[in-house]
Amino acid sequence: MTEGLITLALILVKLGMVFFVLLSGAAYLVLIERKLLGRMQLRYGPNRAGPGGMFQPLADAIKLITKEDLIPAQADKVIFFVAPGLATLTALLAFAVVPFAPPMTVFGREVPLVVCDLNIGVLYFLGLSSLAVYGVALGGWASNSKYALLGGIRSLAQLLSYELAMGLSLVPVVLMARSFSLTDIVLAQQNLPFAVLNPLAFLIFLISVAAESKRIPFDLPEAENELVAGFHTEYSGMRFGLFFVGEYINMMILGAMVTVFFLGGWQGPWLPPILWFLLKVLAVAFLFIWMRATLPRLRYDQLMHFGWKVLIPLSLVNVLITGAVLLAMQN
Amino acid sequence: MILWRDIKGTVQPFWVTLRNLLRRPVTVQYPEEQRALPVRTRGRIVLTRDPDGGERCVACYLCSAACPVDCISMQAAEALDGRRYAVWFRINFARCIYCGLCAEACPTLAIQMTPEFAFCKDDPLDMVYEKENLLIDHGGKDQEYNFYRHAGIGVVNPRGGNDDEDPPLDAKSNLP
Repeated sequence: MTEGLITLALILVKLGMVFFVLLSGAAYLVLIERKLLGRMQLRYGPNRAGPGGMFQPLADAIKLITKEDLIPAQADKVIFFVAPGLATLTALLAFAVVPFAPPMTVFGREVPLVVCDLNIGVLYFLGLSSLAVYGVALGGWASNSKYALLGGIRSLAQLLSYELAMGLSLVPVVLMARSFSLTDIVLAQQNLPFAVLNPLAFLIFLISVAAESKRIPFDLPEAENELVAGFHTEYSGMRFGLFFVGEYINMMILGAMVTVFFLGGWQGPWLPPILWFLLKVLAVAFLFIWMRATLPRLRYDQLMHFGWKVLIPLSLVNVLITGAVLLAMQN
Repeated sequence: MILWRDIKGTVQPFWVTLRNLLRRPVTVQYPEEQRALPVRTRGRIVLTRDPDGGERCVACYLCSAACPVDCISMQAAEALDGRRYAVWFRINFARCIYCGLCAEACPTLAIQMTPEFAFCKDDPLDMVYEKENLLIDHGGKDQEYNFYRHAGIGVVNPRGGNDDEDPPLDAKSNLP
């Protein structure tokens, strides 16, 4: 009985910590992004709330909560309420399979530092990232606004197209690791991370991840010039904030995925594994922010062209080449 | 080759932004750090005085005529020596767009723009400035200029008493 209670407590503590780190991480990622973007554009970024702008996320939250929350008169209320939550929830759920350190020993029992070590973790991740489309599509549709609907459909097409390239670029990883489990994939990169072994797949995955998290240069859902703001046109206050936070949680999770699939996960010399994992995720996040400061937004037809005519054929060819090389090595 | 150009054009900007990350921001941190604004900045409007300390304004209404938002109003009157002045002079800064057309129109350099800009109030009525609020005790941008030394109406000498000036004409004596 006590054995079961301790196990339950350990699981709850682990869950709570993952939840806390993810949410505060997402909040401070916003601050880091604004600061870095500022410096790259030769300005300071937020520096008024607290020392160095430390309390900016808190101030943002207070502002969003106290803002007027509009609901369009003809909106589908239930779905309108649920959509932002869906966008955040699917992002949060995807973290369940991410291993962030090797198993740890607490109270004489082994605690795996992953919420749930699924043996089909890759499929779970791909499935959930496809589900993330729901929040966008339903948000756009429930608003009962032409702009939001068009923006939603457009984001939907973008997310689905890049989903394909993302899935295909993971096939070589699975081939090389000979497993669908994320823990096994990390362990398979003991000698060399897959980013070095298969740079093409790494590049394709990185690009489609940027598209998947709706970030510049693929941030067409936010194309305010043509579509006001896309699927979240009608959202205000904290509901908009949820979409926003979901986007940043998504960024952290996709960063974690890049780390697990291509950068060798928690593995690294000298530092403790969990620190290595965090550093790699932050490095990926920095890359995304750097990209945002540098590249202009793509036109919609260019985006689709790039996804379907460049990324997907390239990743297909890469699957073939990786398979052939692995086969040749076996013989 | 076009593909090479595209790749170069995609990679090169990354170096530019990374370099900027290490440079000092050019931002002026406003409330703590205040820039000395150029003299020609169009901020709060003032009424200036001539070198003798008299008011420059002759209440000619040119400023209020030039004003595109009609925020200037006044009442003209004539002193005993024939000099015109404004009984009251009012600028509604809540309406003013700081275009500087009034200062351009003024023939006596009385109305001038200053670089001061931070004077907003909670109540719009507090933004209505009367003559006593507007009048300052110096000549503003041109301390030496004295309109009446050139025009000479009534102040230096009686009317028509200046050099190169004819005595005033009695229009009624010209009647046929």
